[in-house]
Amino acid sequence: MEGTNNGGDLLTVKNLVKYFPVYSRGILLKKIVGYVHAVDDISFSIGRGETLGLVGESGCGKTTTGKALLHLEWPTSGQIVFEGEDATKIFTNGSPERALSMRRNMQMVFQNPYGSLDPRMTIYDIISEPFRIHNNVPRKQWSERVYALLKLVGLEPYHAERYPHEFSGGQRQRIGIARALAVGPKLIVADEPVSSLDVSVRAQILNLLMDLQKEEGLSFLYISHDLSSVRQISRRTAVMYLGRIVETASSEDIFSKPLHPYTMALLSAIPIPDPEKKVMRIILPGEVPSAIDPPKGCRFNPRCKYATDRCRAEEPALREVEEGHLVACHYAENFM
Amino acid sequence: MEPDGDILRVEDLRTYFFTEAGVVRAVDGVSFAVKKGETMGLVGETGSGKTVASYSVMRVVPKPGKIVGGRVYYDGEEILSKSEEDVRKLRGEQIAMIFQDPNSSLNPVFSIQEQLTDIILSHNGGMKKEEALETTIRLLDKVGMPEPETRVRWYPHQFSGGMRQRIAIARALLLRPKLLFADEPTTNLDVTIQAQVLELLKSIKNETGTSMVLITHDMGIVADMTSRVTVLYAGRVAEISDTNTTYRKSLHPYTRALLRSVPRVDEKVDLESIPGNVPNLITPPSGCRFHPRCKYATEVCSEKVPPLEEAEEGHFTACHHWREL
Repeated sequence: MEGTNNGGDLLTVKNLVKYFPVYSRGILLKKIVGYVHAVDDISFSIGRGETLGLVGESGCGKTTTGKALLHLEWPTSGQIVFEGEDATKIFTNGSPERALSMRRNMQMVFQNPYGSLDPRMTIYDIISEPFRIHNNVPRKQWSERVYALLKLVGLEPYHAERYPHEFSGGQRQRIGIARALAVGPKLIVADEPVSSLDVSVRAQILNLLMDLQKEEGLSFLYISHDLSSVRQISRRTAVMYLGRIVETASSEDIFSKPLHPYTMALLSAIPIPDPEKKVMRIILPGEVPSAIDPPKGCRFNPRCKYATDRCRAEEPALREVEEGHLVACHYAENFM
Repeated sequence: MEPDGDILRVEDLRTYFFTEAGVVRAVDGVSFAVKKGETMGLVGETGSGKTVASYSVMRVVPKPGKIVGGRVYYDGEEILSKSEEDVRKLRGEQIAMIFQDPNSSLNPVFSIQEQLTDIILSHNGGMKKEEALETTIRLLDKVGMPEPETRVRWYPHQFSGGMRQRIAIARALLLRPKLLFADEPTTNLDVTIQAQVLELLKSIKNETGTSMVLITHDMGIVADMTSRVTVLYAGRVAEISDTNTTYRKSLHPYTRALLRSVPRVDEKVDLESIPGNVPNLITPPSGCRFHPRCKYATEVCSEKVPPLEEAEEGHFTACHHWREL
């Protein structure tokens, strides 16, 4: 249901870095005074037909990571390899045709279904716009494809003539998904696709994404702050904190035996919809520090109750502690 | 329910919004009660009327909204018929509210000190400024603000979202209210900060014994924080019961469906989605407003509004078919 990794990796990300410059105040002479370390040297991969969940709190860099994969935010450095090809190189030096074909591989579903659909376009125009740009469907077949896509996401052909404002949030999100599917992508980056929807509608969209994966063999990067939905939909999960991946493993392992103190706290912070199940809540002191000047050593050390001098001096590497379970903590073994 | 134990009783409340598109029946015959000292969860999705119901109790319904019917008893006294002046005294001193968005509920051009001491002074005629400031600092300290003596002079923008919500909580507590409405107090916060704020609310409740109405759509928070739950759907009460019953033996299809549609962090479940969307309240569905989305719906559901019946002691449900559930 949450996808299987068969046939190797579809996408490999190596040492991805994205910094945003911070300027001094002033009108004439703006100087760069620092950088927001939004994504700071992260590596991961996504298998064919697999869903990787990327979780973290606001400002951890999860959205920037998703945008950097599609080069909607240009990576500062690092490699994004899709089916063996370096995407950054294709977008900079490749021919326009190759760049477009790379675009067709990866598509995005956005968080806000209200802002991401042009209110002046009909649903037909919205979903067929990718055909016009990519020339991947002969014009004669456009309407047939649009109707097929609408059906695939659970809408009706007659919806095609309507405008976005005539739809509810959940339906709009379905339209956004249909548009992403229009170019036949292999990977979809879904950035908080359900967080702006009503609770009773969220399950519809989550189930739709899981069905699409089964039927179309799609891979997903599912970005969310909501760990419950990540558990539901992802085969593997990566947890980010302040620009770094701190832990990654199968969702099963992450949720049943987290080995990073941050993951533990994050999991314990989520209220469980069952009054008889009380968890011991780990309350983290303070807030996420600034990403302009992240803490020395382990970035989590100021909020970690296990932190030692070593944590304050030496940044822990993301290392394999058990098979397929990577943790960036000096003392991960102590939590096993 | 023994009426004596209720600090708040809402009966057949109706609040409509008179918009150009038509009359929105946001709250349409809602009844519930809050017992002294309890935390009651007011649960519902967008448009269920949970926020409008609490605004109505506070008598702060924004235009073009109007309370068009019903009675609200606070400590036995009807308050909808009171004069605006009397209600103003009630507000803050007896009933206070923590709003969802601390960014817009704090005034950006005044320091925390000015905003908070003002509230104390306006309700306590003869009090000295120093005394009000002392109270303010003490409360900021209590809600977990570091260095409250210095930071009381700061402006809202100098604080993080979590800290601003703590300030909003301190503000609600200034006049020691007996009933606290918390409207989605953690929705805009990150989960680890949410955990901090929920713990804070719990400790405040334990310390002051205040009654609380927690308005939320998060079934996890409800399970964690409340002892009783009122579930609203499309401007009406669907079900009222103690929290355990809500989760274990609900007698309303909406409550059941809602619980089965939320993913859980502690285990993987088969998500059952509720078909369709939350209805439009200008032309709500006839009969039971949930019937177009309900798998148990029969003919009677589209014809007759189900009354709120007491199925078991303290357990009310508004469903024609509760006996079959």
